[in-house]
Order: sequence, then structure tokens, then C-alpha cells
Amino acid sequence: MVQGEFKNAKPYMNPYLAGFLLGMVLLATIYITGRGLGASGAVKSVVVASVESAAPNYAENEVFYQNYNEQNPQGPWKDFLVFEVIGVLVGAFFSGVIGKRVGLKLEKGPRVTNYTRVGAAILGGALFGFGSQLGRGCTSGSALSGMAVLSLGGILTMLAIFGAAYALAYFFRKLWLN
Amino acid sequence: MGPLVPFIISEELSLVIAFFLGIGFGFALEQAGFSSTKKLVGLFYGYDFTVLRVFFTAGITAMAGVLLLGHYGLLDLGVIYINPTFLNSALVGGAIMGAGFIIGGFCPGTSVCALAIGKLDALAFLFGAALGIFAFTESFPLIEDFYRAGNMGQIRISDYFGMSNIAFGFILAIIAVGAFVATWYIENKVNNRKPVIASQQKNKYIGAVAALFVVLAVVAIFPGEKEIINNRIAEAKRQQTCVFKEMSADKLSSEIVNKYYALNVIDVRSPEEFEAYHLPLAVNIPFDQMMERQYEPIFKQRLKTNVFYAGSDTLVRMACLKARYIGKSENFILKESPGEFRQMFFEAEPPPPDASKSQLELYTFRNINAEKMNDLVDALKNIGAPVKREKVTIQGGC
Repeated sequence: MVQGEFKNAKPYMNPYLAGFLLGMVLLATIYITGRGLGASGAVKSVVVASVESAAPNYAENEVFYQNYNEQNPQGPWKDFLVFEVIGVLVGAFFSGVIGKRVGLKLEKGPRVTNYTRVGAAILGGALFGFGSQLGRGCTSGSALSGMAVLSLGGILTMLAIFGAAYALAYFFRKLWLN
Repeated sequence: MGPLVPFIISEELSLVIAFFLGIGFGFALEQAGFSSTKKLVGLFYGYDFTVLRVFFTAGITAMAGVLLLGHYGLLDLGVIYINPTFLNSALVGGAIMGAGFIIGGFCPGTSVCALAIGKLDALAFLFGAALGIFAFTESFPLIEDFYRAGNMGQIRISDYFGMSNIAFGFILAIIAVGAFVATWYIENKVNNRKPVIASQQKNKYIGAVAALFVVLAVVAIFPGEKEIINNRIAEAKRQQTCVFKEMSADKLSSEIVNKYYALNVIDVRSPEEFEAYHLPLAVNIPFDQMMERQYEPIFKQRLKTNVFYAGSDTLVRMACLKARYIGKSENFILKESPGEFRQMFFEAEPPPPDASKSQLELYTFRNINAEKMNDLVDALKNIGAPVKREKVTIQGGC
């Protein structure tokens, strides 16, 4: 396992240029499909598909899965976000190869053990996953795409995400800082 | 005219496009450094504001683009997905996500990017996200009421504050640029750097900001596509000089009786007036809604003749003009008003005993046509009735 920074890694793109690029991708998405980008929806598809194949009888009788199937008659896999996230994997890998940043690595703050980092990542992921369902979208689907179309809910969710993270940053500083 | 799905591109093909858009998304995120938790949480400790820069720039770019495309009629803003607002769940869900962000170091999209370049903590984060979503789906019956509370519908923030989209666009752009400048000072202070910037770099940034405001100003100042069309239609001169193909009520009744299948009888009055009385087999497309996307096929097809009618001469002429801007169908206007039509055919007075032969013939002709039209309406009530076109809405979000 590689630890520490990659020695030959190229610097990241200028953030404004990267943001412009990202904005154009988002604009293209809205122009072509009429909807924004997303990420957590793809994880939801995986969850729904897993539950439905592991316990089909159970899923049939649960409200959530019934609602989901009503809204997605084609099933969880034939979903826009699933295909999009597969693309994200490819695009990010491509970018990582160009920037020479590819390699197995567990990135963590300087004062935490690997176990703490993995545990915190799982806990953080769980909170984010749960919150994204309650907030009807994550940073990409709700906050970023919502801002592009001036959605009130999207902008409120964005403020809540960053507001809460700022408010809690002090309490979790040992996870990240020296 | 966008959006291309589902009008021009099928839902199936959109999945392939999703893959390619995803590549762009992933590439931009990774290039920005979003595959590293160090960069991401830097935002919350003040040492690295990359996230804010990328995020705000992307949001502002897309917003300005959406407004510009919408202004010139290239993108139908009435159809695109606006994330619905459920006040309680948006705020609480957002706060929970914020906690997840500072504890886990990623958000779902960035964790996918990080996983793609081999970050193992991102794998753990995604595993956690699946657990969290599973917890949500399992506890859904318990939180369903909360999940659905405070529903405000697909509302824009500009609607909420009662301002135009472009006005809020300006505000958001100013906030973003202000944040860029402020965080640059903060970042330099936290990292003990001197706030200096190369003049060449500075000029580039100024140019980019200027470009943004030029785009917004274009949307704010110049008339948009709909405005241009509406202004042209409203010009009295155009209404007088333009030659309209007119159709008399007698002719129309014969057309309906003999060739109803080659005809769209279009009522451009309000739905209430339409409900009160309308011509046999007429469809209602209120004048104000003519430019909506779902009616476009009617004005663009070339197989059927469109016959417009309204209560007033001006309105029907304006409708006919508008239809010409939308498509190239063959358009006629009915000379008579719907009230006159009704009287001629369905409430006709029997001719006096001393009526001339032509008067009698006309009366019989109209009576027969009226009967046939009634028969047609009855016969076509279920099968051939013009399909009422539903407004197309697009699903989205996470």
C-alpha cells in the first residue's frame, strides 16, 4: 500500500477553470436531459437492487420500494444516475492517470490510525447517505444542480450542508489537523 | 430546442449520454482535486478554499448558461427539472449531510472520484453511504410524514422572493465573486502567505468575471425570444398587412363533417370560455399557452389544417400569427365568432313561410350539418377525440 503523497503527481487544475469545466458539463446535462447531475441516486439504485434480489418478497410489501418502483418502472439499473456514475469512475480515473495520482492509498489526517479513518469514513458515508435521501439529493444532485436552476430547496440544502459542516468542524478537527 | 430528452432523444439513448456526461463530471472533479479529503475538508478549516471556488464557479456558470439559453428560447425553462422544495427535510437532510461531510471527508460524488484513483477510504465512505441509504429505506415508514412535510413544490428561489430569475442571478454572481475575493484573503492569512497575484493572472480573472456579467446583462437587457415574438404579434401593422386565410362557418362545418380527420379546430380562448361553449371537435389551446412545448407538434405538422377561432378578431389574428412563428402548418382563421357559429347551426330560427328558395336551402344545409356534427362528436367522444396533451415534466434529483 502506498502511503503519503505521489511524488510525480502533477498540480491540480486551476480551481476556477475546473469549476468552469464542471459548470459546462452541468449545463450540457441540463440542456440535453432537462435534469442535473447526481451521485447518491446511483448508490440508492444499488441498495434497492440489492434488497430486491436478496429479499424480493419483503421488498414487495415495503412502502419505500413500492414508491420507488412506481417512479422507476424500468428497474433500479436502468437509471440515468447509474450510467452517469459509471462515467464518473472512468472520467476520474482518466484524470488521475493524466495527473499521475492513481494508486491504492488510504488518505487520512496526520493524527489518526487507519482504523479510525475507515470507521469515520463509514460513519460519515452513512450520515451522508441517509441525509441525501432525506434532502432529496446530495451535493451534486441537490446543491449544485439546484443552484444552476435556482431551486429554493437546492440552495437551502446547500446552505445546510456547508453550514453544518462548518459548525461541526471544530469538534472533528483531530480527524484532519495536526 | 432543449431539453433534448424526451422530445428529440429517447430515454434509452439518454442513458448512453449519461455515461459520457459522467466522464466529463468525473474528469472535472478529479482535476479540481476533489478526490482528496485534504482538499475537501480544507474548506472547513480555512486552509484551502478550492471546493468553494470550483463549486461556486460551476454553479454560476451553469446558472448563467441556463438563463441565457432560456432567454433565447433554446432551452424550455418550463420543462426542466427544478428540485422540489420540502422545507423541513431539505434543512435537516442538509445538516445531516454536513455532519457526514466533516466526519467522512467526502460527499458521494467526490468519493466515487476518489475510489476511481484507488483511495481506499473512499471505498469505505461509499460502503457507509449504502448503509445510510439502506437505513433510510428501512425506516421510511417512520419518517415518511417528516419527509413529505413543508412541501412547497418546484419553486425557484427567485419566485420565493418575488424577483425575476435574472435579478437573483445577479445577486448570486455578486455573492460568488465576493466570496472568491474574501476567501483568497482568508486562505493567505491562514497559510501565512502574502496576498500577491501575478498581474497576468489578475487580468484573466477580471476578464472571466466581466464575461459572466456581460452574459447576465444580455439576458437582463435584450428582449428574449418570446418577447420578440409577442411584440411582433401585437403590432397592429402586422395584423393588418398580413394576409390571413379565412374560412367561413359554412365551409368549416362542411370540412368538419367530411374531413374532420384532416383538421385541427383550435379554440384559443380561455379554458372557462371553452368549457362554456366550443365548436364541435375543437381543442383548447389558450393563447398564452400556445408556445408551450406540448403543443408544438400541432403547429409544426403539415398533414392537418389548423383552424383558429376566438371571440375577438384581434385575438384570433394574433393566434394565427403566433402559430406562424412556431411552425409551418397550414393555418386558417374562422370568420365568425363561436357565438355566431352556434347560432347559425345549433340555434337557427326556422325560415319564415315566405322565405326564398336559397334561404330554405341554407337552413336545411345547416341543419343537416349540425346533426352530422353532433353525430360525429358522439361517435368520436372516446376513440377519435383529440388527445389532450399533457405537460411534460422531467424527473431528476438523487
